Amino acid sequence: MRRGPALPRRTLLQGGLTLAGTGAAAAATPGAPLAIPEWTREQGASVLAAPYGSPSPHERGVVRRPRRSAVFPQTLSCNTPLQHLHGIITPNGLHFIRDHAGTPDVDPAQHRLVVHGMVARPLIFTMDDLLRFPSVSRLHFLECAGNTPFWRTGAIKATWTAQDTHGLLSCAEWTGVRLADVLAEVGVQPGAAWLLAEGADAAALTRSVPLEKALDDAILAYAQNGERLRPEQGYPLRLLLPGYEGNTNIKWLRRIKLGDAPWETREETSRYTELQPDGRARQFGFVMEVKSVITHPSGGEALGAGYCEISGLAWSGRGRIRRVEVSTDGGATWRDAALQAPVLDSCLTRFRLPWHWQGEALVLQSRATDETGAVQPTRAALVGKQGEHAEYHYNAIHAWRVAADGQVSVAL
Amino acid sequence: MRCSRLILAALLLGGPAAAQEPANRDLGIGVPATPAMIAPWNIDVRGDGKGLPPGHGSVAEGEALYATACASCHGKDGVHGALSPALRLAGGIGTLASAKPERTVGSYWPYAPTLFDYIRRAMPFTAPQSLTDDQVYAVAGYVLFLNGLVPHDAVLDARSLAAVKMPNRDGFRPVPPADR
Repeated sequence: MRRGPALPRRTLLQGGLTLAGTGAAAAATPGAPLAIPEWTREQGASVLAAPYGSPSPHERGVVRRPRRSAVFPQTLSCNTPLQHLHGIITPNGLHFIRDHAGTPDVDPAQHRLVVHGMVARPLIFTMDDLLRFPSVSRLHFLECAGNTPFWRTGAIKATWTAQDTHGLLSCAEWTGVRLADVLAEVGVQPGAAWLLAEGADAAALTRSVPLEKALDDAILAYAQNGERLRPEQGYPLRLLLPGYEGNTNIKWLRRIKLGDAPWETREETSRYTELQPDGRARQFGFVMEVKSVITHPSGGEALGAGYCEISGLAWSGRGRIRRVEVSTDGGATWRDAALQAPVLDSCLTRFRLPWHWQGEALVLQSRATDETGAVQPTRAALVGKQGEHAEYHYNAIHAWRVAADGQVSVAL
Repeated sequence: MRCSRLILAALLLGGPAAAQEPANRDLGIGVPATPAMIAPWNIDVRGDGKGLPPGHGSVAEGEALYATACASCHGKDGVHGALSPALRLAGGIGTLASAKPERTVGSYWPYAPTLFDYIRRAMPFTAPQSLTDDQVYAVAGYVLFLNGLVPHDAVLDARSLAAVKMPNRDGFRPVPPADR
């Protein structure tokens, strides 16, 4: 099955289930004249065939997948196939999912947003009301706080793909209303310092958010990449807090209450806090720190010798990516990768580095630096500081091992 | 009409600086929310007990309710028979700084009223928001009893629940505001 260097197996893996297709058959006879396939000799499908289009059936292997099983599928997370994506935008059907009580089917006509608490004028908004506010669109990543479960090495599998290791990460253009505009409408009372955001799902999920963040860049989002939110992303309304850990971006948002202190909800005490070696836990560490991952070549691929463009994603909840360095020798030397524009605040940035693989075993790594000067730490440095039980906010340098036969796997 | 609204918005917003300090403006969007209208959704309880409703429940009542509504997932005593380690509710006190920390209600949760808030909004898993406030007090009381934090004859209400001192009350270190 092994092909020549000019046709990396990645091309075939992309399609997932297409190995037996016409293209593979034609390529099996070197030097043969190009075939004129059936799709060139007959009319294609009607433009009316798919009022809402889907990817080519040849791409049916490019889907979300969970990394593990859970007692209840409603509380599972489902990962984005980063290794199969291009550019920085995650297609809406592939945006990662983390629910706490399943995905509700919310009727937008019945949905309401209540804004109350320490405000001058408590108000109830319909979705039509919210669509009347001035709108804003911005590109931002979302990353689950528990993405990349590498704090302890025991459960890590060498066979994990980028989808498994980093796939609780997605990026979209979000459109909605500035939360600051809605808060101006209700009038924030002096002394208010926090707000509680609450979902309409069966977990009625709640997180406390600093008022400063709400007034800075928070969005009440109703659209994602040009269409209304997908149900699993909070349809019809979600909170979008650029750079903050995923679960604070409350989906199916039904209520915002202002107060003078955090609520200390279950999700900000017993969960989403980082236990440190001294037995105390870091709390309200909202920001997802600078991080990167090489998505090609990455785990599960079989690399062919010859030219290979190393490509990956970098991001920081603290601003723009300033620099990404790549090492092809296990961290001994580093080269700067090119950053693909646009390079935006709290947004995925695509990096690339041209490379020739000579067929030797080696370790690939990427190291990102953000505009604050923060550099991705090594795992040893991160675990040395925070121990092995923090559970969340793991952002260390990630390494892929390329074996002499081209197989790529997780390196530790 | 859309244009005039945009111009009005631009005038009122005045760019990024204005977003730091919301002006006292009124686009006239939305309807006033009266306490009666929002009462069914206004269910949050803070760690310090603010928002706890009237009512009460005993550990004994909670024990019976727990057996039918909670034990199948969380184990009959909050430990044994739990469907996963994350579903354990009891034990682990004193393990947080060890090589195998166990995070349970008793060992990790800093505030007892949060237990009321979470059970009322999200449990039982198969029928969230189905328990009465009295039942929530009772079940919260039983979970505290399983952790040895209240006696078996305890009756929990707004005052007594907020008065329970959790072992890990001072176990959290908030990230300074400048780093958020």
